[in-house]
Amino acid sequence: MNAPVETPLLGRPLLEMRQVTQTYSLARPTLLGTRPSLTVLDHIDFDVRPGEAVGLVGESGSGKTTLTRILTGMEKPREGHVFYNGADIWDGDGERWRTFRRSVQVVMQNPRSSLDPRMRIGVSLLEPLRSLKIEGDHATRVFEVLDQVGLSRQALERYPHEFSGGQLQRIAIARALMPGPKVLIADEPVSALDVSIQAQVLNLLKDLVNNLGLSLVFIAHDLSVVAYTTSRVSVMSAGKIVEVGKPMDLFVRPQAEATRNLVGAILTVESGLAGNALA
Amino acid sequence: MTGTQLNALEVKNLVVHNTALTAVRGLDFTLPAGGRMGLVGESGSGKTLTALALMGLLPMGWQANGTVHHDGVDLIAQSDRALSSRRGRTISMVFQDPLSSLDPVRRIGVQVSSVIRRHTNVGKREAESQTIELFRQMSLPRPEQLMRAYPHEISGGQRQRIMIAMALACYPQLIIADEPTTALDVTVQKQVLRILNAAVKDRGCALMMITHDLPIIAAMCDTVAVMYAGRIVEMGPVAEVFRNPRHHYTKGLLDSQPTMDNIALDGSSRLASIPGMVPPLHSLPAGCAFHPRCAAATEACMTRVPPLDDGSRRTACWHPIEASVAMVTA
Ligand SMILES: Nc1ncnc2c1ncn2[C@@H]1O[C@H](COP(=O)(O)OP(=O)(O)OP(=O)(O)O)[C@@H](O)[C@H]1O
Ligand SMILES: Nc1ncnc2c1ncn2[C@@H]1O[C@H](COP(=O)(O)OP(=O)(O)OP(=O)(O)O)[C@@H](O)[C@H]1O
Ligand code: SF4
Ligand SMILES: [Mg+2]
Ligand SMILES: [Mg+2]
Repeated sequence: MNAPVETPLLGRPLLEMRQVTQTYSLARPTLLGTRPSLTVLDHIDFDVRPGEAVGLVGESGSGKTTLTRILTGMEKPREGHVFYNGADIWDGDGERWRTFRRSVQVVMQNPRSSLDPRMRIGVSLLEPLRSLKIEGDHATRVFEVLDQVGLSRQALERYPHEFSGGQLQRIAIARALMPGPKVLIADEPVSALDVSIQAQVLNLLKDLVNNLGLSLVFIAHDLSVVAYTTSRVSVMSAGKIVEVGKPMDLFVRPQAEATRNLVGAILTVESGLAGNALA
Repeated sequence: MTGTQLNALEVKNLVVHNTALTAVRGLDFTLPAGGRMGLVGESGSGKTLTALALMGLLPMGWQANGTVHHDGVDLIAQSDRALSSRRGRTISMVFQDPLSSLDPVRRIGVQVSSVIRRHTNVGKREAESQTIELFRQMSLPRPEQLMRAYPHEISGGQRQRIMIAMALACYPQLIIADEPTTALDVTVQKQVLRILNAAVKDRGCALMMITHDLPIIAAMCDTVAVMYAGRIVEMGPVAEVFRNPRHHYTKGLLDSQPTMDNIALDGSSRLASIPGMVPPLHSLPAGCAFHPRCAAATEACMTRVPPLDDGSRRTACWHPIEASVAMVTA
């Protein structure tokens, strides 16, 4: 059962990071002391193939959001490389960068803070096309994307405060889809949502992978949510990837201590009712 | 007078409203002394306003009606002064965000020991040593040093344990915890829940646990009340309600939980999800507020509010789940 994770027949990685290390320098503890530095990512290898859904789990502060920032090109790593379609994103011309920027899109945890409260939804949706200077029939694209995420056209005229958290997360996903990305990166996309709404958004992400052939990188600290959405999961702890496996193998036979802690932390209704969940 | 010694709370027809909106629309429940009740419901269903009404801490413009019997008095009829002397003594609350309820510029030890001194007549020294003992019970590391720390110098999980210590300081009869672990990492969350659970058990105080996380309620409570749009729609012993939900909303919540059982190995699984969304307070549907999202809704559901029936297992539904099977075949 515990065979190494076989690589699905999906070809070579679409987006990958190789031996990425990221350090931040911290404030000097004393006036004359040296600046200590904090290694947040330590020689990380990570990749996603076309049409594949991969997960990244880890406790708070393990480096997940830092990894997201590097994977999306928002931050340049101190050491190592990020490749899109085999080419180094930091080592090429403007055209390569533009292709990368429209191909890799991100959905953040809190949809309320990621949408401008003064902008109508329609304007927010067009914004990525404008900033990436993407030409074409924008109106048709907006309608197409609204259909994909299951929102009605009336949403376009409204403002963020008129929507619930789950609807706003749909809108944030729609906005990420606008430039026609190949990879969607979602950093804790459901932790701010209610349970019944969480399920809607998780199902939507799953459908997008299946119907549009998107690659998905799903990041969370709750292993059960990640397991539902992805087929290969990396576990992160203190800036290192300590284990990679199929979700079910991680549940049943966690190897690394960090994985065991994450599995042990999961509460379910049944384990709760059994009475020993908090023993 | 009846049963006040036996019950930590007796709530009758609690309504919370402002000039424009009614957010809590008539709650009735009893929490026995030492009982542990979970209050679950979606964002905006009125959980926090219910808790704040019980504490006499409603935000400006909001008002509570009805009766809430606790420790022999009606809390709703009490003056603000009487309530604030009670707060922290017979009834106390743990909030979601500990940073906003701790004073950033006072040392932690001073903040907790002053709660003890305010409500008991012990001296400074004694209050401090009780505080250190409390920190020890919360499994906080190096309690003596912690006394001198400021809130920003410790982690979120430690801060939440300090809040629990503060809530427990005077051996209250009732603790209300509103999403006490939502802001915490899963691993820290479990540790904090374990400590809260043990502390409440040791002291035999009653607990009202507010969360939208069903597993937490399953682990910590003996009864659960499910709220939807300001009303309790189902209530009963936690194992019965979670294993055999009778209200369609409760069942929907349970079905949408990702668990090991509903994750298929080949990734083909789908979570059941409740269609639609929670209705806004200003345009609540008539009849059962859940009807636009309910597959079992009939004419009756759209026009008449289903009453919450009496007994140990209570449901507000015209077609509760077991009965609806019989109705279809009839
Ligand atoms: N710009 C920065 N300067 C200094 N330290 C930073 C910076 N950004 C992040 N860190 C630190 O790097 C570590 C990893 O942070 P990161 O946000 O990547 O963690 P995370 O896994 O996303 O955590 P969470 O689950 O809480 O979101 C933390 O210790 C954080 O304090
Ligand atoms: N200070 C306030 N001003 C205006 N409306 C408020 C205020 N506090 C709460 N409300 C409204 O009252 C309703 C009930 O809110 P409440 O905070 O009790 O919900 P809740 O069940 O605790 O939700 P959550 O799970 O998001 O904490 C909501 O519709 C909310 O928008
Ligand atoms: S009363 Fe009707 S609409 Fe409401 S939950 Fe029951 S069946 Fe559904
Ligand atoms: Mg993060
Ligand atoms: Mg609340």
